[in-house]
Amino acid sequence: MTGLLSGARGDIMRRDRTQHPPALTPQYKTSVLRSPRRALVSLEPGPGENAGPVFNARILAPLENDLIRNYSKDGDAQGERIIVHGKVLDENARPVPNTLIEVWQANAGGRYRHKNDSYLAPLDPNFGGQGRCMTDAEGNYFFRTIRPGPYPWRNNGSDWRPAHIHISLFGHAFVQRLVSQLYFEGDPLIPFCPIIGTLPDKGAVERLVAKLDMGNAVPFDALAYRFDIVLRGRRQTFFENKPEGM
Amino acid sequence: MPVEYLKETPSQTGGPYVHIGTLPAFAGLAVRTQEKPHILDGAGERIRITGVVIDGSGTPVKDALLELWQADAQGRHNAGDFLGWGRAAASSETGEWMFETVRPGAVPWRDGRPQAPHVSLLIFARGINIHLHTRIYFPEDKAALELDPVLRSIEQAGRRATLVAERGDAADMPTYRFTIRLQGDAETVFFDM
Repeated sequence: MTGLLSGARGDIMRRDRTQHPPALTPQYKTSVLRSPRRALVSLEPGPGENAGPVFNARILAPLENDLIRNYSKDGDAQGERIIVHGKVLDENARPVPNTLIEVWQANAGGRYRHKNDSYLAPLDPNFGGQGRCMTDAEGNYFFRTIRPGPYPWRNNGSDWRPAHIHISLFGHAFVQRLVSQLYFEGDPLIPFCPIIGTLPDKGAVERLVAKLDMGNAVPFDALAYRFDIVLRGRRQTFFENKPEGM
Repeated sequence: MPVEYLKETPSQTGGPYVHIGTLPAFAGLAVRTQEKPHILDGAGERIRITGVVIDGSGTPVKDALLELWQADAQGRHNAGDFLGWGRAAASSETGEWMFETVRPGAVPWRDGRPQAPHVSLLIFARGINIHLHTRIYFPEDKAALELDPVLRSIEQAGRRATLVAERGDAADMPTYRFTIRLQGDAETVFFDM
């Protein structure tokens, strides 16, 4: 039963850490005390790391990918109505089907519905700010939401987060797990953000920016943004497991 | 020109409000309140694992999110009804987190050598730019720990003990304590796998 996901196919390819933020990024102050000082111990993944949890689509309620309606009390959430969609691929450009995606975000005014957020912008009674969806057989996903507002945070006195949506993916192996943030094309706050500034590669920043997608806007209803996601790929197994070679 | 692959989407911190999307009831949202992903149902001996994540100043990390992945009691992944995956939030007051699960069976390493029973753990939090990956082993498995290929790959033998939980006392089930030190002298071993 595990064969297809963990054994018969090869190892997950190594993570290219030049594309990720290092742990210690002092301009993002909280990282100073929360970053290991020792090097990571590098290993090939084992059978357990090449496998991962399998979530059943039955866990999803009907409106979970509709943040405009999934916390509705007496109407739709307020703000700029958008659809966010895209494809989840691996590094080999193969679709990643049937994988769980989780998203969370602030409301149109930049306020999170979290017991620890005390920003003075008001909550929206019709907006919760969380959703889930699963990619289809071709790796496609979409959700509907309102565009989140920027908000100030206690880093440097003048720091504001750009509009962003947090996004979490599982893939099919434990070592494909990824948590990131989606930003919006043209947001002038992007170059000023110390969290985005943790990324050493400007090309990597560009790949976190969702693109305005007028072709998929719903007329008189919602704009669309396209955000494709790439998870670690699986390499072929050349010598270890295949008795007859390639 | 080397062969071109797509580049993995870069990681960003989960941030302080990570629970909204991952454990909404913990954030205070009245959705999915029935969920208890820190309790893994399955056949086998029940065990409890508790712990706290400590930053470089010795302060508990009170907004951490932990994810666990493990084999079932027979040492299998994705077998039967056992999901093998769990998620827990550190307490906002104390930083304490807890899983209840089944004791994992031994899983062979890639070359067939036995690994000591373990659970894998990911740590997400504000200030952590890309999640940290570690393992929890059990102190009773002395002989297996000596031979475990992953522990043996840690060059500084003195650091291996950071991955072995302490047995605690509880009347209802075996309980283990695992302290994760993000930074400093007794820093926990984190993997790049």
